[in-house]
Amino acid sequence: MLDLKTQIIAQLNLQDLKPEDIANDQPLFVEGLGLDSIDALELIVLLQQSYKIKLSNADDGPKVFRSVRTMAEYITAHQAQNV
Amino acid sequence: MSVDKHINASCIISKEAVYKDAEKVFENKEAAVPDFLSSVYRHLDIKYPKFYKMDNLSRLGWLAAEILLKDNFNAGKYKAEEIGVVLANTSSSLDTDIKYYETAKDIASPALFVYTLPNIVIGEICIRHHFKGENAFFICEQFDGEFIQQYVTNLINNNILQACICGWVELLNEEYKTVLFLVEKQASDHSVLFTNENINKIYELENG
Repeated sequence: MLDLKTQIIAQLNLQDLKPEDIANDQPLFVEGLGLDSIDALELIVLLQQSYKIKLSNADDGPKVFRSVRTMAEYITAHQAQNV
Repeated sequence: MSVDKHINASCIISKEAVYKDAEKVFENKEAAVPDFLSSVYRHLDIKYPKFYKMDNLSRLGWLAAEILLKDNFNAGKYKAEEIGVVLANTSSSLDTDIKYYETAKDIASPALFVYTLPNIVIGEICIRHHFKGENAFFICEQFDGEFIQQYVTNLINNNILQACICGWVELLNEEYKTVLFLVEKQASDHSVLFTNENINKIYELENG
């Protein structure tokens, strides 16, 4: 999850943050890290570029991007499927 | 009705230095453009995380507006709709357009795409300072003080605006220059008249 946090910081230009500043279960949007809709699109790009995972159903977005942990679980599940 | 308008503050960011009202207030000769702009941001000691998400053109204009208005401007005197922003440059958003084009060869970056218009810098300034007045961004071959003076004068004479942040925000690759003016009807202690001559004099200041 540390790698994923580092990737999120780089992808979203969160230069004031360090990976250890982001808790595994901290909400990424609104009251948590305060990400916005453009950031959500950047996270989709991150999944595609770094993990070759396409988010096929937009309705899954809020669940997948709820926290670093939910993102990591989604990545792990889809990488296992792709093997 | 025509009334005198005054330049109550000015800010120049160019050639690795920052000038407020003709005085050099910051310099960093060791940095490339993004690092230089970040160093100005850190120097201001402000917490505004969205700064890092902006493209270089928006960072440049946003920083200049921040320095221009610091200690000089009482926005409470006006309604949000009475404060406007009028800017111009020569390269539009080409700096970011090129970067966006590069990403589009693989997966286009949404974060870059939203900055592929020059007037986004006006949006960033207005969001930060809660301005809701008339705004415009013009593309000119070169700095045209007379045009800015006439356009802003018209807005103020017609009571469309009471105050205006106006000027030049140009950036392409490693070349950049911004010169912003705070224009109001009411004069301050060290203001000069908002004339073409004074605009050009301030624009040329950093050249010595």
